[in-house]
Amino acid sequence: MASLKQLAAQEEKFLGGHRACAGCAATIAARMVLTAAEQPVVVGAATGCLEVVSTIYPYSAWNVPYVHNAFENVAATMSGVEAAYRALKKKGLVKKDLRFIAFGGDGGTYDIGLQALSGMIERRHRVLYVCYNNEAYMNTGIQRSSATPRGAHTTTSPAGTKIPGKMQLRKNLTEIIIAHEPAYAAQATIGYWNDLVTKVRKALDADGPSFINIYAPCRLGWAYVPEKTIKVSKLSVETCVWPLYEYQDGKYRITVKPKGKKPITEFLNLQGRFGHLFKWHDDVPIKEYQEEVDMIWERLLRRSEQ
Amino acid sequence: MIVARTGNEAMAEAMRQINPDVVAAYPITPATEVVQLFSKFVHDGKVTTEFVPAESEHSAISACVGASSAGARVMTSTASQGLALMHEILFIAAGLRLPIVICLVNRSLSSPINIHCDHSDSLASRDSGWIQIFSENTQEAYDSTIMAVKIAEKALLPAMVTTDGFIISHGMERVEMVDDDAVPKWLGTRQAKTSLLDVDNPITLGALDLQDYFFEHKRSEIDAMNHVLPIIEEVQNEFGEKFGRHYPIVDEYKMDDAVVAILAMGSTGGTGKVAVDKMREQGKKVGLVRCRIFRPFPKDAMLKAIAKVKVLGIMDRSDTMSTLGGHLYNECRSILYDSNTRPLMKNFIYGLGGRDISIEDIESVYTGLFDIEKSGKVDENIVYYGVRGE
Repeated sequence: MASLKQLAAQEEKFLGGHRACAGCAATIAARMVLTAAEQPVVVGAATGCLEVVSTIYPYSAWNVPYVHNAFENVAATMSGVEAAYRALKKKGLVKKDLRFIAFGGDGGTYDIGLQALSGMIERRHRVLYVCYNNEAYMNTGIQRSSATPRGAHTTTSPAGTKIPGKMQLRKNLTEIIIAHEPAYAAQATIGYWNDLVTKVRKALDADGPSFINIYAPCRLGWAYVPEKTIKVSKLSVETCVWPLYEYQDGKYRITVKPKGKKPITEFLNLQGRFGHLFKWHDDVPIKEYQEEVDMIWERLLRRSEQ
Repeated sequence: MIVARTGNEAMAEAMRQINPDVVAAYPITPATEVVQLFSKFVHDGKVTTEFVPAESEHSAISACVGASSAGARVMTSTASQGLALMHEILFIAAGLRLPIVICLVNRSLSSPINIHCDHSDSLASRDSGWIQIFSENTQEAYDSTIMAVKIAEKALLPAMVTTDGFIISHGMERVEMVDDDAVPKWLGTRQAKTSLLDVDNPITLGALDLQDYFFEHKRSEIDAMNHVLPIIEEVQNEFGEKFGRHYPIVDEYKMDDAVVAILAMGSTGGTGKVAVDKMREQGKKVGLVRCRIFRPFPKDAMLKAIAKVKVLGIMDRSDTMSTLGGHLYNECRSILYDSNTRPLMKNFIYGLGGRDISIEDIESVYTGLFDIEKSGKVDENIVYYGVRGE
């Protein structure tokens, strides 16, 4: 259990002054992850909002070594950094015990960077991969990704007069990663800071590749007022839209069990991206989304009881 | 030590002796053996390298960028589609000024798919900011691989050393190898100015560089390329003094009194030299120029070599798809613009997809060049040599 006092006393590793929107969860996630790390870290970022807002030359928000290579390859880039660390440590040229963290959005992780991530985990590089998942390509202006949920409006799955937003369900990336048998995998969100910090520490302590999928609301893309970021994050857990759980050594564990599962409409109606669904002539999109949430939650309950 | 080795074996042996900190690679014909042999060296404990068997060439070069940013000495190997898949990251490696070395086996790019030699793969990445060194034979591939590490680290630019797919990569030749200990001793360890692993002095690498700084940074990269040729010369001289094999920037063969000459790259240089010898026996004043360093393009040395002949046949194992002929032809026409003396020039695009070029073929090219010398004019500037129906 982390203490806020202790965390607050640490030197900042991700600094203010960056260009993120007010209420941006991606930057909150980055700061929380780095604050949680008890060892010195080297960070890599995929092209995306986090990279763009934090490193406009000659400024950098990163108070730790940081590398950005391209969009689809942060996992491969950090594989190389970690391999170099092992090589140079073997030769005595690096003395310290270091940890490696890769950050990618859902675009860089679920879609274009999935292959590189799969490779990184299969090769067992000791890197923590953090996906800050805001469920669309926000950096280029809110286009659909495979993390975008059923019914959501994006600029490439618009709420039209014939088609109400995205027609397909979300990809379950966390389960894809778990199928790789990583040393540690989890879902977290910024509204539950202690749960997130604990998971980061577990991931960094695990001797092998680890993955945390952090649900990171985007006030611009999800269309809600900036001060609601934490509320939206918390509601995602209370409705089981984003279950908080972890996987380690073959075992699932739900880390935050909501008291009384709320209907997803309580989460959806806070956000403009779902606004059209409440005016739609039938309830099919919301129903399908609710069914997906129920199915995944019930399966998770079964798995975590085993 | 004198051994018999294929080009791939020789490059893998060079990599073994270099013993890079990290090798990240993905197999592809005809470069597969380089990766395969190197993996065996790793598993037999003959190198201390951390080997990253990446899941694609894109990830292989991406891992190279990460490892090189961490201060490691880094190498990889690929060919054709593999280099094309790396294309995006080639520019990033050069822009970040990372001295990565690729052992590249030249193979044509799809489509149509083909596994044999032409130079379309490396030449498609000619503008990426990588030093490009072409090999005439296995010995040169071996020597250039070792030299490339030093050149890249001095220039702070990545370098690719190429061999002609199958012709050199799979052809067994006599190779003089340097002693195992001598290579790391000659190279020393990489002295990176910054490292991602230096957590006490954190750096931000790959920052977003907008209108107010990008141009200056790009200009400095271009400037780095402007300073590469003297570095290559210096390293080649050092290598020659130490190991006894001397390499020029531009290889001139019997050019002193040549009236007509051909310019070629890769193994055709060797084939052409045999043709030159045969024709010289018949008293014909022919010569050959081989472009060894294609990037940066050695303007002065090339002008010195080619400007003095009456007729120059430029042999390109690639086409620029611009209707203006091959790569060497375009470069040479460009550098000759400011020259007071200019040879008559004809471009022979040949050998695409591995079509064989024989000694007799090159002799017939020379014969055609003498016809031009006699008539004083070039009827057709660009011909596709060895294509059916032409």
